Amino acid sequence: MTPAGSPSTVPQSEILAVPAARGACPFDPPPAYAQARDRAAITPIRLWDGSTTWMLTRHADVRAVLADRRFSADAGRPGFPFVSAGRRTLATTNASFIRMDDPEHARLRKMLTGDFIVKRAEALRPRIRAIAQDLLAAMTAGRDHADLVTEFALPLPSLVICLLLGVPYEDHAYFQQRSGILLSNAASAAEIQTARAELTRYIKRLAEDKRDRDEDDIISRLNRQGTLSADEIAAMSLLLLVAGHETTANMTSLSILALLQNPDQLARLRADPALIRGAVEELLRYLTIVHTGVARVATEDVDLDGRRIRAGEGVLLMINAANRDDRAFPEPDALDVERDARRHLAFGFGVHQCLGQPLARVELQVALEVLLSGLPGLRLAVPVEDVPFRHDMLVYGVHTLPIAW
Amino acid sequence: MNAVTLRVTADRTKCCGAGMCALNAPDVFDQDPDEGLVVLLDPKPPHELHRAVHDAVGLCPSSAISVEEG
Ligand code: HEM
Ligand code: SF4
Repeated sequence: MTPAGSPSTVPQSEILAVPAARGACPFDPPPAYAQARDRAAITPIRLWDGSTTWMLTRHADVRAVLADRRFSADAGRPGFPFVSAGRRTLATTNASFIRMDDPEHARLRKMLTGDFIVKRAEALRPRIRAIAQDLLAAMTAGRDHADLVTEFALPLPSLVICLLLGVPYEDHAYFQQRSGILLSNAASAAEIQTARAELTRYIKRLAEDKRDRDEDDIISRLNRQGTLSADEIAAMSLLLLVAGHETTANMTSLSILALLQNPDQLARLRADPALIRGAVEELLRYLTIVHTGVARVATEDVDLDGRRIRAGEGVLLMINAANRDDRAFPEPDALDVERDARRHLAFGFGVHQCLGQPLARVELQVALEVLLSGLPGLRLAVPVEDVPFRHDMLVYGVHTLPIAW
Repeated sequence: MNAVTLRVTADRTKCCGAGMCALNAPDVFDQDPDEGLVVLLDPKPPHELHRAVHDAVGLCPSSAISVEEG
């Protein structure tokens, strides 16, 4: 392979368009990514706007680039790749520290890391369990079927993040609807801008109201911090609010569906609930709901497997393909709740690795535990072909999951 | 007994508070409650914790913890 050549020198007709379509199995990443992973470490790809960039699909490479400071997460840099128009709008306007580099990124992230340490997430476990049990009781009262998404999977993490941030849960319809637009790859730039502006206004008003009160939630603490502007507080809070409920909600529903489609695995979990912790890691690996890649741009020339990524060129790091790389996980396409899946990249890697992961883990463990023990007769209420998968969303999952018990 | 000794070090300037260390080797690593950054509890952990320490080193996303043998 010639070391030179930016992705733009590859003929347009030969270049893979990303995001690519999924194949027959709704849990597997697009087959084109697996083919690319088998063929080469680095693949030129074409995005929605006709621009070209590089795609990485192997576990070792994706992990290395995410940990490599020569790659920037700053979406304002020329060459940064976006998988949709909405993504570009969202990432380039007040996106907070997820789209910044150190030292700015570290300065802001450190104001929140204390809230998401492992011990604090563990301390929340009884409370999260009580919330989950209440939701289950409400969902099952006098009924034998429900939509798991709206009645359990979405309210659970929404209630928890509202509690931590100090956002009134009564407003959930308002922020869930707008978060849904923010995370849609099909929404136009204008729709995303409107949703973002409304959410920002909402959070700013909330933060303003909290100024006179001495409350112990994250927004109140950011207020008291003293060094942050109202815009910075709003951007950080919004990042937490959106990242904190859509992701865990989709992981919960999709995990239940994946287990229902793999009855042997479900039976193992039911027989030994001690397996749930490891099963959550395996489900994170197997499902990798952040499915359209994690984006970075090179700040220096970097050589990888005989190709040169030039300064100013983008890379899309396909964590879903990396988590199915047989160089890292034997029989990667099998769901195996007893494997050691901890090296998965579902939360990313490097300094941007998911801040909320200790909380997400506890929420997912509790959700599985409560649903499996509370619903011994759990089953899908429609044929799996009728389940609406979230193909056009930044976070994969299902729009609804009709279940019965 | 000629068991290997491990010397563990943690660099808080590199740590991003992801907590993989505290999750996988809680007897050796903790996180301070303010900044969430790594706190080394046991720089010379006993043999039965070596595996967990190696796991934590491999899982730390920002190469903030390391081990030396001997
Ligand atoms: C299963 C659930 C979750 C998944 C799969 C997930 C996935 C991810 C991924 C892949 C990243 C890295 C993005 C990048 O490198 O560009 C990330 C970052 C982040 N996540 Fe999560 N996440 C989940 C739950 C949560 C929760 C519950 C919260 C908050 C309460 C949260 C807050 C964040 C924040 C603030 C960042 C930015 C970190 C930084 O840039 O330093 N996430 N998440
Ligand atoms: S795993 Fe690494 S980055 Fe995370 S808290 Fe421990 S030392 Fe810090």
